[in-house]
Amino acid sequence: MLKDMKKQKFFRLLITHGILIFMTVIIIYPLIWTVGASFNPGNSLISTSIIPKNPTLDHYRELFAGKESLQYGAWYLNSLKISIFTMLGSVISVSFTAYAFSRFRFKGRQHALTLFLLLQMIPQFSALIALFVLAQILGMMNSHWLLILLYIGGQIPMNTYLMKGYMDSIPMDLDESAKIDGASNTRIFLQIIMPLSRPMIAVVAMNGFTGPLGDFVLSSTILRTPEAYTLPIGLYNLVNDVMGASYTTFAAGAILISIPIAIIFILLQKNFVSGLTAGGTKG
Amino acid sequence: MQHRKTALLLSIIPGLGQFYNKQWIKGLFFLLLAVSFFAVFGDLLNMGFWGLFTLGTEVPRDNSIFLLAEGIIAVIVTIFGLAFYYINLRDAYKNGQLRDNNQRLHSLKEDYRNLIEQGYPYVISGPSLFILIFAVIFPILFSFALAFTNYDLYHSPPANLADWVGLETFFEIFTVDIWRSTFFDVLAWTVIWTLVASTLQVSLGVFLAVLVNQKDVKFTKFYRTVLVLPWAVPGFVTILIFAGLFNDSFGAINNDILAAFGIGSIPWLTDENWTRVALILMQGWLGFPYIFLVTTGVLQSIPDDLYEAATIDGASVFAKFRHITMPMILIAMAPIIITQYTFNFNNFNIIYLFNGGGPAVPGSTAGGTDILVSWIYKLTMQSSQYSLAAALTILLSVFVITIALWQFRRTNSFKEGA
Repeated sequence: MLKDMKKQKFFRLLITHGILIFMTVIIIYPLIWTVGASFNPGNSLISTSIIPKNPTLDHYRELFAGKESLQYGAWYLNSLKISIFTMLGSVISVSFTAYAFSRFRFKGRQHALTLFLLLQMIPQFSALIALFVLAQILGMMNSHWLLILLYIGGQIPMNTYLMKGYMDSIPMDLDESAKIDGASNTRIFLQIIMPLSRPMIAVVAMNGFTGPLGDFVLSSTILRTPEAYTLPIGLYNLVNDVMGASYTTFAAGAILISIPIAIIFILLQKNFVSGLTAGGTKG
Repeated sequence: MQHRKTALLLSIIPGLGQFYNKQWIKGLFFLLLAVSFFAVFGDLLNMGFWGLFTLGTEVPRDNSIFLLAEGIIAVIVTIFGLAFYYINLRDAYKNGQLRDNNQRLHSLKEDYRNLIEQGYPYVISGPSLFILIFAVIFPILFSFALAFTNYDLYHSPPANLADWVGLETFFEIFTVDIWRSTFFDVLAWTVIWTLVASTLQVSLGVFLAVLVNQKDVKFTKFYRTVLVLPWAVPGFVTILIFAGLFNDSFGAINNDILAAFGIGSIPWLTDENWTRVALILMQGWLGFPYIFLVTTGVLQSIPDDLYEAATIDGASVFAKFRHITMPMILIAMAPIIITQYTFNFNNFNIIYLFNGGGPAVPGSTAGGTDILVSWIYKLTMQSSQYSLAAALTILLSVFVITIALWQFRRTNSFKEGA
């Protein structure tokens, strides 16, 4: 009986580790392959191998060589700028709105909540033509600030829902006792609600930061000249350029953006998880 | 005549009702606001509504699309104007009523304090609402309006005007053969894609979380870090990497991996069905870590006593999973799981960045793996069939909203029953 159980446990662990090692290989392979490609000489992938025979740093140099159509440094800074401002903007506007929805019973509240629910289901970029026309009317083609504003707008509905759900779980007694002590609404918000909502603020900040990094459609509609590009458009063009597609240079560019972001994500993942899990239960 | 009725009638011109109630400063404020509203927006309203109705009459002076945009802005401004007008009428009526009942009117100071107190939520959510109107609501209204025009390559400024055509575009989607067949092909693949890809990523995430979370598994820290890597690397980067790996002629999957097993080349990017397989596998790869992370969080919050009690009762590993783990995960994660499905329904990036929705289908504007959003994108950016794209946007929105509302209702009742 005992031997049976031991045998069972052995097989269970064997299968578990088998599956996990298999998954590890599947996950690591494409990433390692990209690293390898970035050190391979030449532009095509035909001769690419994971461990290059004649490793070269040419592709990394090319990124910063200052070619008219390849302004990697500028794209990188553009992407960072847009992501950071979108993150700040979404956190500020979402926190305030969520606080209003969570703590006040005002006229139109229910309608506004329904509206937010509907808006988060319609993808923003299905209204592409409108955004294009808007940019032209305002004379803001190629404007990063317009793009940031559009991204913040896109972040508001869903994140407000998440944040409101989280704030709803903070007991009202805290507000009320602070109010008796004479604290104003804004003070309650800044000194009680915000610190307690930190896990969800982390989630909203993450969404705000990664949203622009993952967007291809809005940015390619509004940003039309190479020096205004963000990384997604720039790298996409690098791969799909009819005249001189270069997978290896793309690989070098991909690595320089992926490594810092992956490190930040892995270091901060604990902060996201508690917020995400809470968001899941509260809706 | 009662004061409330007189005040209400006088307030048809904003401010006069307040004057009648002897609230001079407030009345002046309303009057000034009304005057400046027309002074600032007069031209826009005039031009906007004219443009909205006619969409322009003369080429090249009028640009139908700009006129439509101005018209919609005029409508939004009007709605705000009406809201203000309503407040003005109500204020006059309410104060008139107080006078009828011989009650004291609020002083300006009291009114101000009331406004600050009741207005607080409006003040703090106002800026967000403004951004939302500008960045989301206006574009959606504009897009919806376009669906009822004939705006396309042949009716576009500056050479031509567009015109209102009512529901014609919608009829055409269902009556013109090539459009109808494309629409239903794309819709069918969109639904299959959403169901299969989302289910794959959710079940893979849950399964791996349960595996790693077993008490006696070693190296969990290592596995957890590796398994969240696909989530940590920016998605557009990985999709483009996969596009290279899956390449028919030089990709490593055909040349290195399959060749090593002695399998011939697979036409990943040129055969519709193989592209679909590749897309679903990739989405599994990209999407499972998020579910994995959240499930891990949920699993760690399930108390150990539950499992110990079950073990004492002689439950098997699978019984424990089926009766404890699974229900806990489902209840805690229902909303997150649903968002995975709505996300994939609109998952433009993977479809477009991987293979541009291709391989191309002869005679059709949609490629073999285009989902609704990527088809709409192509119609807009590549073939300039703007009104068709807008009509499809409406159909898509109706479809998503119906299903999502139905689902939310179901999970809510599910939660209450549990």
